[in-house]
Amino acid sequence: MGKVIVVTSGKGGVGKTTTAAAMAAGLALRGHKTVVIDFDVGLRNLDLIMGCERRVVFDFINVINGDAKLNQALIKDKRLDKLFIFPTSQTRDKDALKREGVDKVMDELRGEFDYILCDSPAGIEHGALTALYHADHAVIVTNPEISSVRDSDRILGMLASKSRRAERNEPPVAEHLLLTRYSPDRVARGEMLSIDDVKEILSVRILGIIPESETVLRASNTGTPVILDPTSPAGRAYEDAVARFLGEQRELRFAKPERRGFIRALFGRTP
Amino acid sequence: MTANRVEGGIFTVMVVGIVDPHDPALGPTIAEQVLRNPDFFANAPVVLDLKESLACTSVADFVTLKTVLRRQRLIPVGVQNASAPQLRAALAVDLAPFPSVGSRRGAARVETKPNGNGVGPRLVTRPVRSGQQIYARDGDLVVIGPVSAGAELVADGNVHVYGALRGRAIAGARGDGDARIFAQRLEAELLAIAGRYLVSEAIPPEHLKRPAQVALVEDRLQILPGCDFAPGRE
Repeated sequence: MGKVIVVTSGKGGVGKTTTAAAMAAGLALRGHKTVVIDFDVGLRNLDLIMGCERRVVFDFINVINGDAKLNQALIKDKRLDKLFIFPTSQTRDKDALKREGVDKVMDELRGEFDYILCDSPAGIEHGALTALYHADHAVIVTNPEISSVRDSDRILGMLASKSRRAERNEPPVAEHLLLTRYSPDRVARGEMLSIDDVKEILSVRILGIIPESETVLRASNTGTPVILDPTSPAGRAYEDAVARFLGEQRELRFAKPERRGFIRALFGRTP
Repeated sequence: MTANRVEGGIFTVMVVGIVDPHDPALGPTIAEQVLRNPDFFANAPVVLDLKESLACTSVADFVTLKTVLRRQRLIPVGVQNASAPQLRAALAVDLAPFPSVGSRRGAARVETKPNGNGVGPRLVTRPVRSGQQIYARDGDLVVIGPVSAGAELVADGNVHVYGALRGRAIAGARGDGDARIFAQRLEAELLAIAGRYLVSEAIPPEHLKRPAQVALVEDRLQILPGCDFAPGRE
């Protein structure tokens, strides 16, 4: 049976879709048959980040409504043969995520895939709750600032009370914290919360630290999951996060301010 | 010679819902019920359900109730759904606490462990997150783990937090001024006991981020470092 991983945060714009795309690609790179689903009905982005927007015919909502079969809607990634993208509808809204339909799709996906990543919409309403409902694991994407941390805390509460595992009194959803857009320099200057601050407030195990990096924007614009960019520090950090998710021990990189050369320090450039 | 034996037994007991113990209509209402089946009700034991009652906190209330019920040939044997002060008064007139019927479930999934007399503490062994509210009716609330900003703990008895308390804590929610709040690390947004409260701004900074207990002394909330014994005795 496949494992369901929800990528969620409460707050918007913290890097959920980037994370879902990178982790899905990372799991597929390591040979696991993986699908990434866009739960953000009406604000479809995942297909853009994955670079498959021009191949969307049927979507998640078509399958929920029985207008299309699962295999008609799943888009096979051109770079990784173990990776599939399940886009959502841009013309509908979250109400189209009907409970029974979603249940049926998730059951079917569990039978076919090793990992099912659910890219959650922001918020704590129906869309986000539907995305987290089936989760076995949750990757909580948090920026090192107080409002993002508070919203993550709220979503952690939802996972503990509104997930299927909670409803059925099963072992709780496994929680993993991913700190994104982390800038050690700004932490050192006291402009950002540190890893320890966030860990103390949320008391969740850290899955990874993703450094703030302009390569993320470049990856989004070209429709490539950032993990596939060998020059990107963020990509390397996602690689570490995937390895840790699969049980490997890896040291936390990108957590300390890097020692810069004289010229770079002079111009204050960041990688 | 027979040995003294202690055995268990299961009995069905009638429950009488009480709102106001001094309500003059109470006697006639019960009399009407009893008249329908006088033999069945003769000297029957009854349990008083105090779920709807904010009164019944004094011994006098229970003495009145007992008199009213005895007049109808009913024998009060215990109380149900009593708050801490109600239970204290009930015990003083030999009314035993009975467990309430039906389980209660709050917003968060928690483990509850009845301690046999119906007013067990509510034990929460996971972090209490922003937006969650946990209410321990009739007794203490014990949280092992952090309580986030935006979370709310409410107890009719004491509130204990083995972790950082960053949310709101309300003890003595039904008026018990003896209730206290204990926190391993005090960073609360709001502290309240029996309706008196303190917002985080008003917490003296020397108590922040340290172990503390909060008690009501002369109608004001007082914060004491650690678990010092007995406030207000100086």
